[in-house]
Amino acid sequence: MRSDARRGPRAGIALKTAALGGMLFLHIPLLIIVLYAFSSEARSFTFPIPGFTTKWFAVAFERQDVRDALGLSLRVAATATAVALVLGTLASAAVWKSRFFGRDAISLLIVLPIALPGIITGIALRSAIAITEIPFSFWTLVIGHATFCIVVVYNNVLARFRRTSGALIEASMDLGANGLQTLRYVILPNIATALLAGGMLAFALSFDEVIVTTFTAGQQSTLPIWMLSQLLRPRDRPVTNVVAVFVIAVTFIPIIAAFYLTRDTHDVSGSQK
Amino acid sequence: MTSSAAMLPRESGFLQRLSSGLYLRPRLLLFLLLAPPLLWLGVIYLGSLFALLAQSFFAVDEFSGMVVKEFTLATYRDFLTNPANWDIILRTVVMAAAVTLACAVIAFPIAYYMVRFAGMRLKAAMYLGVMLPLWSSYLVRVYSWKLILAKEGIISWFANQLHLGWALDAWLSLPVIGGPSLSTSYTGTFVVFVYIWLPFMILPVVAALERVPNSVIEASGDLGARPRQTFRQVILPLAIPGVVAGSIFTFSLTLGDYIIPGIIGQSTPFLGQAVFAQQGIAGNIPLAAAFTVVPVVLMGIYLALAKRLGAFDAL
Amino acid sequence: MVANGVPAVRFEDVSRLFGDVRAVDRVSFDVADGEFFSMLGPSGSGKTTCLRLIAGFEQPSSGHVQVHGINVEGVPPYERDVNTVFQDYALFPHMSVGENVEYGLMIRKVPKPERKKRAEEMLDLVKLSGLYARKPSQLSGGQRQRVALARALINHPRVLLLDEPLGALDLKLRESMQAELKSIQRQIGITFVYVTHDQGEALAMSDRLAVFNHGRIEQIGSPAEVYDHPKSVFVAGFVGQTNLIERELALRFGGTAGTYAIRPERIRIEPLTAPLSPGLAAVEGRIGGITYLGSTSRVLVAVDGGEIVVVETNLEGGTAMPDRQPGTPVRLVVDRKHIQSVAA
Repeated sequence: MRSDARRGPRAGIALKTAALGGMLFLHIPLLIIVLYAFSSEARSFTFPIPGFTTKWFAVAFERQDVRDALGLSLRVAATATAVALVLGTLASAAVWKSRFFGRDAISLLIVLPIALPGIITGIALRSAIAITEIPFSFWTLVIGHATFCIVVVYNNVLARFRRTSGALIEASMDLGANGLQTLRYVILPNIATALLAGGMLAFALSFDEVIVTTFTAGQQSTLPIWMLSQLLRPRDRPVTNVVAVFVIAVTFIPIIAAFYLTRDTHDVSGSQK
Repeated sequence: MTSSAAMLPRESGFLQRLSSGLYLRPRLLLFLLLAPPLLWLGVIYLGSLFALLAQSFFAVDEFSGMVVKEFTLATYRDFLTNPANWDIILRTVVMAAAVTLACAVIAFPIAYYMVRFAGMRLKAAMYLGVMLPLWSSYLVRVYSWKLILAKEGIISWFANQLHLGWALDAWLSLPVIGGPSLSTSYTGTFVVFVYIWLPFMILPVVAALERVPNSVIEASGDLGARPRQTFRQVILPLAIPGVVAGSIFTFSLTLGDYIIPGIIGQSTPFLGQAVFAQQGIAGNIPLAAAFTVVPVVLMGIYLALAKRLGAFDAL
Repeated sequence: MVANGVPAVRFEDVSRLFGDVRAVDRVSFDVADGEFFSMLGPSGSGKTTCLRLIAGFEQPSSGHVQVHGINVEGVPPYERDVNTVFQDYALFPHMSVGENVEYGLMIRKVPKPERKKRAEEMLDLVKLSGLYARKPSQLSGGQRQRVALARALINHPRVLLLDEPLGALDLKLRESMQAELKSIQRQIGITFVYVTHDQGEALAMSDRLAVFNHGRIEQIGSPAEVYDHPKSVFVAGFVGQTNLIERELALRFGGTAGTYAIRPERIRIEPLTAPLSPGLAAVEGRIGGITYLGSTSRVLVAVDGGEIVVVETNLEGGTAMPDRQPGTPVRLVVDRKHIQSVAA
């Protein structure tokens, strides 16, 4: 046996290079976005950037259409997150608490909106909106977003519930607390960080969503919709760059927060978006 | 002590009575917990899906352009007999398969390094590094490739700096995968698809590799296998379900995406774009609905295959 | 022991079904006020379900459960004057030790200063003084067990239920906790209903115990009654070691056909040359093997007719048995009063 064998396994150079290369592939494009937000060139994507400027940030925040889109996105994300928190927590409590007929079917139903390609969810909602003749509004956006956000809350909270001994609830009731007191003093404190993490991921997911949104927005413009229109018909490249950086910031912060909130517990279920 | 002290004084408030009522009727409590999410998903979501499916059995009247609400298989007949649609399906499936394969090849070393070699801190950092692009900034990440792949963008610049401009031009002059520039070629579409869906492949593979107990690897070494043999005979077979689980995402997401090929790539449509065009531009909801059945059926076949390979254990 | 004639807990023909499974099958028993009562049995025998019926986590499918003379069907756990020490302690992980102990008082809206004072008294009682501010995760298993006990006792329940409270502790700690639990029970004088699968624990601590099997009670009695006079094959086998004597050997030991239980330590080994005392049952056999157990030794004796009898004896003291080599012919003698007829 080689002398270094007892120091534990070591990666070969090829594996290291492949892993590093893969991680760089994932992240360099995001850095490039940030770089371009400071480019002084307004008409093309010339590289290297000819000059460095921060003026586009000021320009972008003066734009009324960007501000309106940002405001709508934030309101939709906040409302959809609130709805998803309630529905996802109720569903996870039910699935955790009891074994009932059709329990697996419910898990499937909750995952379906993100397991099926987004275009199917989108077009289905669109045709339902058309059939029921509901006018497009803030609420049609919220309905679409909440539908695919439920699963995020559900997964996080259910994972926490599963690590929480059911005996805690019995202990609380045994010591004289009724259902509501048990909810307040035992259940909520124990799932608080999972709720927060789930809520933050749901917020990030909603804030960023474009596929379902296209079908439920009508004439309204969320920030991703605004960006999409810029991608298809570029008019304001510098402003788009700044908005892109802003979207990265708004979605990264809650995800990092959620990661640290559930870090010790490995709750964040990332394998399903 | 009187015997009635066995019971604590009952509070008679409404909430207390509500709590007792629910405690003693667990089925009622379960019903109350399940009703809101089930109503939401059952009525709004499933209702919409079934309405969509039902529409695929209607047809558009050729003269008025209005949807005729009568059961007919005409839409499916028109859809299946149009060779252009078969082209679209074939193009999309080939792309989805290529993207899935590339994702698996790129994801595996990352996942393997993460699980077997990275220390605690590096592993956490890598995990976060995979989570961030998974959860966020889909559109921004697509957009970044528009910058990178543009004619005057980074790839061209680097190619010219390295005096490899000729190689890039040669690649772009290839049939099918080439084009006027990277951002208007299938090569570009492919790269962006791989980039966007890669995290969805990494995490299930990590999960599968983490489930390989160290003792199994040690046992293999103990029984005389060299590291390379252990990798091939023990680790790789145990990681396959994770790869298959990841491929469910990469395959499904590529099938349904209509944004990426619209921004980066040629003008020939993929499945998602066709659906979008039918319902948006042509206003032919029945045909769009029939189109959406295709990815659902394809995914059904794919999931049935994946299940045989044990992918669901790694989800 | 029965203070006012009303039992602390009474089961009247109680059954609890889970689907088709009868977890508890027509069980009736009384627990006297102030008694230390154990429910002993293998896992799945229904003892824990009985405890949960008293606590209020389960409702009987039929029959009546009474606590201090009052039917408690339909009374949720939080309205019962009964507290539980849980098997895995079920300490609230987000609260300090002190907050755990005062939880019941907090729910009853006792003011904070008094709560804290009483919690500290309770921590003194279970010898955890000074750990008020710790988190449960910072405690050892034995300490957690004591917190769980303090948390249940602070409410002064009239009945304390303990669900295998010592199961997770190592042997030494378990033995010292047994003595301590018993002394705490005497000190505060409340009824303990104790669930365990450890027959040694049940024999050591209980005033009376009930042996459960397949959802039914096989026998109820004092530890001595249950040990010395097991009524069934199951009880004889589950509580302590026993020799079950059947068929031909039963005739030679007991005189009539049937099944008999004889404790290994009740059998004496004699050389064939010793005079046979009257009033004793005796059979002959050969020594098969000896296992050294420390304070005693276990001797396997092959009795004529092929059956093996286990004898537990202190070979050093008192026995006139010079030769212990396997194959040595010996006589086994046992006082007839120690031959217990059991139901098959």
